[in-house]
Amino acid sequence: MAKVFIYPATSLVLSDMVERWGHEPLGAAIAIRERIQTASLDSPPLQMTPEDPKKGLRWAAVEVPAGVRGRMALYGPMIEEADAAIIINDADLSFGCMGCSRTNELVMYLLRKRKDIPLLDIKYPTCEEEGIAFVASIKEFLAALGGGDDA
Amino acid sequence: MTQKMYAPSYVGTVTKYVFIDSPNVSPQTLAIRAYEISDGVMIKETCFGLQVTGKPDEVKMLIRELRKVDPAHIFVKDRGFPPGDPRRCRANLGGARPGYYGHEFESGILRYISRGLEETASGPVSVKKFEKKKLDEGKLPVEKLLEIIENEED
Repeated sequence: MAKVFIYPATSLVLSDMVERWGHEPLGAAIAIRERIQTASLDSPPLQMTPEDPKKGLRWAAVEVPAGVRGRMALYGPMIEEADAAIIINDADLSFGCMGCSRTNELVMYLLRKRKDIPLLDIKYPTCEEEGIAFVASIKEFLAALGGGDDA
Repeated sequence: MTQKMYAPSYVGTVTKYVFIDSPNVSPQTLAIRAYEISDGVMIKETCFGLQVTGKPDEVKMLIRELRKVDPAHIFVKDRGFPPGDPRRCRANLGGARPGYYGHEFESGILRYISRGLEETASGPVSVKKFEKKKLDEGKLPVEKLLEIIENEED
């Protein structure tokens, strides 16, 4: 079972397909759940504490806004942990966890900088033919990672 | 300034969304099937499907069984919060939470994904690759950028 980072990190279709074919999707929910289930100072709504932007300094410089560094505290460890990554290039999700364009650029840069992991670049399908190509390319990519079992 | 301590609930559990986008199975039908096999897993029925919360192994087993109902039209995704959490529940926020806009967008393409899942289920299909040119669509080509820079310098 490989750990596959998904971009957008909140994507339903990517999360589903990675899990469907026996691998572990690394998305925003995993990192958020870790914070929600850990006792600490009360910091609603996402339990992001002042410690998180400090952790984000590992991936972004100190002059970078705290919003970027805080988000990197969620995504950074998962990018380093990932065995593979799938990027949907035309994702236009500009809200919630994916609501920071600069963070999104940094996440894609860090994924592409990791030359040691396989990476799949795709776009959202706009018709049935593209839907088949979309699913087939993800299935082929995940099968090549090995170790997957159908969920 | 004093800060309250936060005591988490549902520690050690996982919560998953189960989306159903099927012409044959309604969320109600799926919920009834889930209750039949839930074995202690908490189930919340929603307009789009279900939210299930429980121990990871139990949830995995439940999801595996639920997928069999309509494999190409059921989609599963992790959720960070347990269902009804006051920090995220729309009953407290007064409107849809941010994540729903993402789900709304992707719900629009689920029919293409379902078609793809049906086609690929029977065996490998010849993959039409997403060509580099298409991925770069709409972006400024490097040659054009260089031309602009050179013109600026003149």
